[in-house]
Amino acid sequence: MKPAQLAAALAMGASALAMAAPAQAEDVKIGVLLGYTGPIESLTPGMADSAELAMTEVNNAGGVLEGDMLVPVRADSTCIDAAAASAAAERLVTSEGAKAIMGADCSGVTIATLNNVAVPNGVVMISPSATSPALSSIEDGGFFFRTAPSDARQGAVLAEVLADKGVTEIAVTYTNNDYGKGLADSFQAAFEEKGGKVLLSAAHEDGKADYSAEVGALSATGAEHLAVFGYADQGGVGIIRASVDSGAFEKFVLGDGMFAESLIEAIGDDLNGTIGSVPWSEGEGADAFVAAAEAAGVDPDGSFRRESYDAAALIALAMQAAGSTDPKVFKDSVMDVANAPGEKILPGELAKALQILKDGGDVDYVGATNVELIGPGEAAGTYREYEVKDGAYETIGFR
Amino acid sequence: MEILNALALFTNFVGLPALAYGSQLALGALGVTLIYAVLRFTFFAHGDLMAFGTMVVVLATWGLQAMGVGLGPLPTALLALPAGIAAAAGFTLLSDRWVFAFYRRQKAKPVVFMIASVGVMFLLNGIVRIVIGPDDQRFADGERFLFTVGDFRDWSGLDEGVAFRSTQALTIVAAVIAMAALFWFLQRTRMGKAMRAYSDEEDLALLSGVDPAKVVRTAWILAAALATLAGVLYGLDKSFKPFTYFQLLLPIFASAILGGIGNPVGAVVGAYIVAFSEVMVTYAYRKFAGYLLPEGAMPEGLLQLLSTDYKFAVSFVILVVVLLARPTGIFRGKVI
Repeated sequence: MKPAQLAAALAMGASALAMAAPAQAEDVKIGVLLGYTGPIESLTPGMADSAELAMTEVNNAGGVLEGDMLVPVRADSTCIDAAAASAAAERLVTSEGAKAIMGADCSGVTIATLNNVAVPNGVVMISPSATSPALSSIEDGGFFFRTAPSDARQGAVLAEVLADKGVTEIAVTYTNNDYGKGLADSFQAAFEEKGGKVLLSAAHEDGKADYSAEVGALSATGAEHLAVFGYADQGGVGIIRASVDSGAFEKFVLGDGMFAESLIEAIGDDLNGTIGSVPWSEGEGADAFVAAAEAAGVDPDGSFRRESYDAAALIALAMQAAGSTDPKVFKDSVMDVANAPGEKILPGELAKALQILKDGGDVDYVGATNVELIGPGEAAGTYREYEVKDGAYETIGFR
Repeated sequence: MEILNALALFTNFVGLPALAYGSQLALGALGVTLIYAVLRFTFFAHGDLMAFGTMVVVLATWGLQAMGVGLGPLPTALLALPAGIAAAAGFTLLSDRWVFAFYRRQKAKPVVFMIASVGVMFLLNGIVRIVIGPDDQRFADGERFLFTVGDFRDWSGLDEGVAFRSTQALTIVAAVIAMAALFWFLQRTRMGKAMRAYSDEEDLALLSGVDPAKVVRTAWILAAALATLAGVLYGLDKSFKPFTYFQLLLPIFASAILGGIGNPVGAVVGAYIVAFSEVMVTYAYRKFAGYLLPEGAMPEGLLQLLSTDYKFAVSFVILVVVLLARPTGIFRGKVI
């Protein structure tokens, strides 16, 4: 080796050493684990965009800690295949070295990845959309949070909506998984408490060609309303189509998984009069999110986009507050930055929040969804009550 | 009036769906039975052959739709049907030349043919998933209904309505035409008679100058045409998903064996029995009984024998009972 080359090699080695030194800025990888394929594939691109929007905002403000840049890494949770989701999460943690995961989306795969990957490896997971009541009591070692409320709350909200409309009898069908069963059970409990009666609560399997037999059984109850707790791209739309075709039901009550534009496109005018609920938010935070998203060219309108933004923002703020990107350390700061006391932070104000934290101050992240983490680290939740009118979702109110 | 309401309810949820489903099964079972009659083995790739033919039709339909070609109130898929049949027939002829002809020369036992057909099934399975993917595809267009529930209620003045989807009507009409054409072919034409002779007594047929290669070719082409037609009608009526087509194999086999395998009339009768059993056993009769029973005697329970999740169990039970009690089936087919 010639002396000049040797010198160059030494210099390169030295700079490589310098880059590895702890005081220098580094990339912090954040997994974005969502079902890009599968039953909610029409929802997830918008969710990922919103989460990445928050990360870009943090990076534009100079990143976290010593200018560490957040790098999103997408992985497919499939929403329904626990084994595939665990493998994807395993890849994020072990080969990509992700410090935190924004996800997963559906409850079943979230439980699986939390148990198999996040807790054993000590990685923080903040889910924007896993709503099963089972996640409230799971052994998470303090690593799991969610910006979506538990379905125990959604069930109560839907029961209230129906009670106010004077509906006393209903048939329920749910997608046969943790999400569907959890929501159906919490709805039934709340509805019966209000004096209503669930005539039949039957599961449906996703991915069948024909749901006329299921609809036949549901309509035999004689109920006028059908509650569908399923997915807009899967069995849920099949159930509604079969109901409309056979004239079994005309009035539908939908859970949050059914809220999608694709549903209106698929069913058309027959969906008019349908009511439902979806985690939503209004007020300053929501408006600020719309402004921030539109400025960045992201469509702000859609399920769980706000929650995704908030989940990603919480990860960044918790890192800054803890002064560390080590998930075992910053997991303890998530609740601190999400709740009072402190300066209220809206979407688009992440730069301000990071500066306050750097100066040793306190923040209360309000975000797009009025984030208030309760109990084991889940959102208290506001729901938008909607009705389908003239082929569009129209807001009735918030609960 | 109450009886008419009960009848309308039953027609809407049991009668019409089972009739359409039975027609789809009948076309599938006819294909299985034809292959069995001529080649003497159960062709396991039939469900995936349906998926393959339908896939080609779906792709051709999308092409036609993109070009703006349509049939007005009828689905465009009918126009694309010949392409699907040609592709499926091409595939069966190639698989016969490359796989089954070899075992015929070896004079292999039927079970060897059957296992080879499972191999062909996996191949088709893979091809379909690579080309069009495992997801649901909807390709129905044109008028959705002959009459809707609302139309029927207004016309009849009953509380219960009947909806008649155009795809259901199309299925039933197309199945009847296809079956009539097939029976005419088997009974009246020279080739049909040769096929029946070959099926009944191979050696005697060969002595009488029947060309076995031609008979085998015709059987494959007919089976492919029936499979594609069945697949397209099922896809139009419900939706196209490769895995569902694979699952259809069970009720199709149950139909063919129940009617007597190798016997075309048996395949049709068997298919309607299986379809009506599946739908009737899993239907909840609460409302139906409510109309027929005196006022206020509406039962609390759903009166449902079996949850809809167990639909396939009905085919299984039929299959097992027939094989145990009467292996030749209703119309004295061959014994497997």
